[in-house]
Amino acid sequence: MLEQILSMVFTTSFGYSIIRITSPILFAALAAVVAEKAGVTNIGLEGIMMISALFGVLFAYWTSYWWVGVIGAMVVGVILALIIGIFALKLKTDIILAGIAINLVGSGGTIFLLYLFTGLKGNTASLTTPSMLTPKLNIPILESIPVIGPIFSGHSILTYVAFLLVFLVWVLLYKTALGLQIRAVGENSHAADSVGVSVLKIQYIALGISGALSGLGGAYMSMYYSQSWNTGIVAGRGFIALAAQAMGQGEPLGSMFASLLFGFASALGNKMEGMQGFSSFLVAAVPYAVTIIGLVLYASTQVRRVKKSRFMEKGKKEAEKS
Amino acid sequence: MADNEYVVQMKGITKVYPNGIAANQGVDFNVKKGEIHALMGENGAGKSTLMKMLFGLEQPTEGTITVNGEEVSLTSPTVAISKGIGMVHQHFMLVPNLTVAENIVLGMEPKKNNLFMDYKKAVEITEEYAKKYNLQVDPDAKVRDIPVGMKQKVEILKALVRGAKILILDEPTAVLTTQETEELFKELIHLKEQGYTMVFISHKLHEIKQITDRLTIMRGGKSMGVYNTADISKEEISRLMVGRDVILTVEKEQAQPTDVVLRVRDLEYTNEWKKKMINHMSFDVRKGEILGIAGVEGNGQRELVDMLFNLNMPDSGVAKVNGHNILGESQRKIRDLGVSLIPEDRMTFGMAGAASIEENLISDRCAQKRYNNGPLFNMKKIHEDSDKLIEEYKVLCKNRTQKVGMLSGGNIQKVVVAREFSAEPVLIIADQPTRGIDVGATEFIRKKLVELSREGAAVLLVSADLNEVMELSDSLIIMYNGQIAAYFEDTKDLTDTVMGEYMLGLKQQSPEEVRRVQHGE
Repeated sequence: MLEQILSMVFTTSFGYSIIRITSPILFAALAAVVAEKAGVTNIGLEGIMMISALFGVLFAYWTSYWWVGVIGAMVVGVILALIIGIFALKLKTDIILAGIAINLVGSGGTIFLLYLFTGLKGNTASLTTPSMLTPKLNIPILESIPVIGPIFSGHSILTYVAFLLVFLVWVLLYKTALGLQIRAVGENSHAADSVGVSVLKIQYIALGISGALSGLGGAYMSMYYSQSWNTGIVAGRGFIALAAQAMGQGEPLGSMFASLLFGFASALGNKMEGMQGFSSFLVAAVPYAVTIIGLVLYASTQVRRVKKSRFMEKGKKEAEKS
Repeated sequence: MADNEYVVQMKGITKVYPNGIAANQGVDFNVKKGEIHALMGENGAGKSTLMKMLFGLEQPTEGTITVNGEEVSLTSPTVAISKGIGMVHQHFMLVPNLTVAENIVLGMEPKKNNLFMDYKKAVEITEEYAKKYNLQVDPDAKVRDIPVGMKQKVEILKALVRGAKILILDEPTAVLTTQETEELFKELIHLKEQGYTMVFISHKLHEIKQITDRLTIMRGGKSMGVYNTADISKEEISRLMVGRDVILTVEKEQAQPTDVVLRVRDLEYTNEWKKKMINHMSFDVRKGEILGIAGVEGNGQRELVDMLFNLNMPDSGVAKVNGHNILGESQRKIRDLGVSLIPEDRMTFGMAGAASIEENLISDRCAQKRYNNGPLFNMKKIHEDSDKLIEEYKVLCKNRTQKVGMLSGGNIQKVVVAREFSAEPVLIIADQPTRGIDVGATEFIRKKLVELSREGAAVLLVSADLNEVMELSDSLIIMYNGQIAAYFEDTKDLTDTVMGEYMLGLKQQSPEEVRRVQHGE
């Protein structure tokens, strides 16, 4: 049986599917990275992906242009993230609760919206036309290289955007003034405030970027991965992305590797499903089990650090008090 | 005096917080150009509130603020900065994971191509100002890695780079060593020579005397007047601050130490950066005595206390209270052995700010039979005992249900002390028990500590306040580099010069002399 699994893992199609499965998680993980760096936890990634996935399809359906759908999904993502922002930053509710609310809207409200706009219940498969799906990109030269080509070429254009964004998010955070302010606000908002950096403005901007990135993740799901929108389309990827952000130490590159790990686990689960001797239910749990194991490992390395650095919190707390 | 002599004029400032607390009442505060002006007062006297208003962090309920002859409305720090006012906060407003240069240019980042941050330029700016004002910093170092003294310089540079001509320094020496303080004073005088104006908030009388030109004293939210520093004595300042003559010496009888209560042997601790923080430490604290631990901060005192209360584990060694091991035991068990702790960081380890005074007072004993009726609290008893403690320990508050976090520093510490001292301890570990609190509360806590020791408690007093350890301790350890540098059986004839030599590592007693702190075994 092990032999069976190994022979399956060492195929180019397996490598291809890792990348394919990683892409949406990577978008959402980068979204989590940007928000978390600014000190706001965007737990609503799941809901944002759900809703923006739906609107991606709708915009594409209404205009027959896939790229309008993608932009629409991003805009919807930004709006939803800013709604979280208004509740959490302006109205001072707990940001976790605001995020949960968006997630609930994502799972329940979308069906209503779908029915409202199209009269359909459950999924949009009947709407899909080829022009609505994001195109596959065959990379010249790369595609003709053995092994590498079949793995890395021929993905959705959004997949390449996702991996390019790893670099762009890094540049944003570490090479721009905005990035410096985002990091400062996230680490010590008092310090940022005391030199006239508007903490609220920066946090809104970071949430907006986070929303746009998760919107792209949603678009990828409905306009490429599943070829249509359905009620179970995001299936916890928003939460897995939060785990990837944490495991990646909140850094773009680290989060990419963590996303790839989850992509690997999911791909493995998918392939094993078709094999003899495995319960498909059990196998479907693999990516989630990896999430939990990953988080436990991550947490155990962090506990020591937190214990040691508790004195560093001291100054902060007293500053908050005074 | 002509008005234009003043760079800052605050007139009739009243600040009433939404919760009804009047922090300032009709305060006048004027600063002359080019002077170092001290703002003094006990904790809760309203100094910080006044300065927050000058820096735009709070807005006055009544009154006017004039800067350079122009009446201003300081609605935010940004506005204050644009008027040339900079603030060096007591708790540094720095981002630990950013470099010194990044911290300095934060919010006014130099850019290239209008898009990317020009880090090289940031370093240049830092170096230019560091040189100009003789404030040496390492621009590329991350703030979390630099010493406290340098962090302070970064704070001052931050204000200067933003064009501040008036600097508010909020207890700048509280976290500095003696040497760093000397250095800071030189730098401040250098700034003064270049025409800068400074407001210097401090509790320390000798510092005020050393560096300031004039001083304003506040008490209970009101100004007690403005004086030329040269014309007013330390005693007079002290009287104005607290409204009575503070007895800074504590009367105490000769200690009659008996059995060993806390026994520590061969304690070793290496921290996560592989630095040996505690090196082979052995000592005893006896019933009825106060054993002081003095030393420059960072020589292992904090680590020692952490291990005695199981906030950390040593590499090896023994620590026993009346024969029972305490290393690695739960805090519950340690407390059950009769150990009380006044932690250095009272805000984190001493109390829960959002909980009421009463809840804090019973937090260590709420499971006791006395306070329970079956599964429910016996609220009557709890109220009764809380009120008694609040009265006995003179906690200034509206009532027992007030949140501890709303109290002033001194009163917060009184709540902590009331709980710890009323637990009938056999051993009290008091770590910086009076740091940063007002003179009245300090005196009260010191008296109580002596009282308890004379009634038979063993006291381990860790303090960076030389005056405190020398006044209170019956015998004294000086720690240097994680080791006992010296042990004095009697503190009566000890001078600060002698202590200084041991504290700075210039002298070290022989192993035989140090071993005298072990009584038996």
